[in-house]
Amino acid sequence: MKRLEKKHSLAIRWFHWVNFPVLFVMIWSGILIYWANDVYRIGIGSWTLFKFFPPAFYEKFSLAFRLADGMAWHFVFAWIFGINGLLYVLYLLFSGEWRQLFPRRETLREAIQVVLHDLRIRKTPLPRAKFNGAQRIAYTGVIVMGFGSLLTGLAIYKPVQTAGILPFLSLSLWGATGYEISRFVHFWLTIGFCGFFLIHVAQVVKAGWNNFRSMITGYEIVPAETEPPVEAPAAATRI
Amino acid sequence: MNPENEADAPVEAETEAEAPVFQAVVDEKNDGEIEAQMRRMSRRSFLWALAAGAGTVGGLKWIGSRRADDGIPWPLRRVLDVNGEIARDVFSTARLAPTFPASKAREPRVNGDIGMGEDFDLASWNLGVSGLHSGEDLQLSLAEIKKLPRVEMTTELKCIEGWSVIVTWAGVRLADFMAKYPPATQSGDAPDVRQKPDDLVPYVGAQTPDGAYFVGLDREAALHPQTLLCYEMNGEPLTLAHGAPLRLVTPVKYGIKYLKRLGSLEFTARRPEDYWAQRGYDWYSGH
Repeated sequence: MKRLEKKHSLAIRWFHWVNFPVLFVMIWSGILIYWANDVYRIGIGSWTLFKFFPPAFYEKFSLAFRLADGMAWHFVFAWIFGINGLLYVLYLLFSGEWRQLFPRRETLREAIQVVLHDLRIRKTPLPRAKFNGAQRIAYTGVIVMGFGSLLTGLAIYKPVQTAGILPFLSLSLWGATGYEISRFVHFWLTIGFCGFFLIHVAQVVKAGWNNFRSMITGYEIVPAETEPPVEAPAAATRI
Repeated sequence: MNPENEADAPVEAETEAEAPVFQAVVDEKNDGEIEAQMRRMSRRSFLWALAAGAGTVGGLKWIGSRRADDGIPWPLRRVLDVNGEIARDVFSTARLAPTFPASKAREPRVNGDIGMGEDFDLASWNLGVSGLHSGEDLQLSLAEIKKLPRVEMTTELKCIEGWSVIVTWAGVRLADFMAKYPPATQSGDAPDVRQKPDDLVPYVGAQTPDGAYFVGLDREAALHPQTLLCYEMNGEPLTLAHGAPLRLVTPVKYGIKYLKRLGSLEFTARRPEDYWAQRGYDWYSGH
């Protein structure tokens, strides 16, 4: 016997999916901007493992010579990114859903078990919860990253007006100013978002259709015998 | 919802009478009902998702295909201008760009030669000034401008391309210049640059002598205490490549507004044309 279980509220689903095109536009326009001063790489000294980005990459996706274009899109869609993110965090706080998402004392231990489970080292199933330890860390981490992107973005966008509230902008350390460091961090956070996206999509594929569908419909089909997840917001709902 | 409408539940099993089997039938029927319910919800939600997705793609394509307004689709241009207006409201001339020890100063790269043609005679240079309250246009020599208090500062030049460099600049404050040569006012009353800056005409336009490069500044940026008419860089008189004899320096804007080889200034009620703003960049470009 099965039953339907409410998993994601309508608000959460909107916040989630609005991010998809917005982040796409932000990362795409961000690359258009980055192209004009594409200085970051992975390497030590004069040895470079990977340069962001190889000329062929810009060429293939026509990303070169479009700085003005990139800035225009970036500073328009930054509004949506910021407002959507702010509403999401406020929703989490006021709905109480942060309890399922933010890390708890036992989260790190749980997360290690999740990783061991995913690597097939732990054989026994994981305890059922809306978000396991690894998810709590990842989903809270991505909020922190988003906040970091907003802050470093603002620091690059209005470095004088924000220098009072972002004191690092007045620094000059190891030959780099706070402004330069902000751009560096802003870039690597974006690479972080891309990494998050890849792992997220892989995990969603692995979790299967029922789980993916719940991010669209809000509901998941679960066997009736299953205990409702620990700290579930509401009992199983039937429409 | 009405379970009788459900066609999925297998019927033949209902003839069985034994209790456990009966239970299984109920479960199965129930499961069928749940699945059908999920299908209905999914259909509705996925149609919504499809519509939202199509709307988003359509919306993005619509924005991208709009008539260009100075190099970018007009909806983007409108938002950039609104961003600029918000920034002007938030802007405070009291907020200073961070300053650094002069020892951190470096030689900036020469990054633009528009308006920097060969046929330029440094000796006969004068700064043309118009849009003054007096109604009279002026031609000022460098010596005349240098009578104003000399200000030196070490700030970070931020290029719109994304690099930056710390430079020591020296010159006179544009605010001091405007106090001495007051711009026209909007009310027509006598100008008071220090006490009633809001009454001054809201823009300043600057051009190279040949008019090939030109920038516009909002009044707030012009009056910012770190906005200079600059004649020295890193302790030396400006070189020709860096804009001798006089250039604009303003750490509250991107480097594109640091016009080199200043030929004329105009105080104006109309937003002046700006070379890079005509080519897709934000007119305000402020920090």
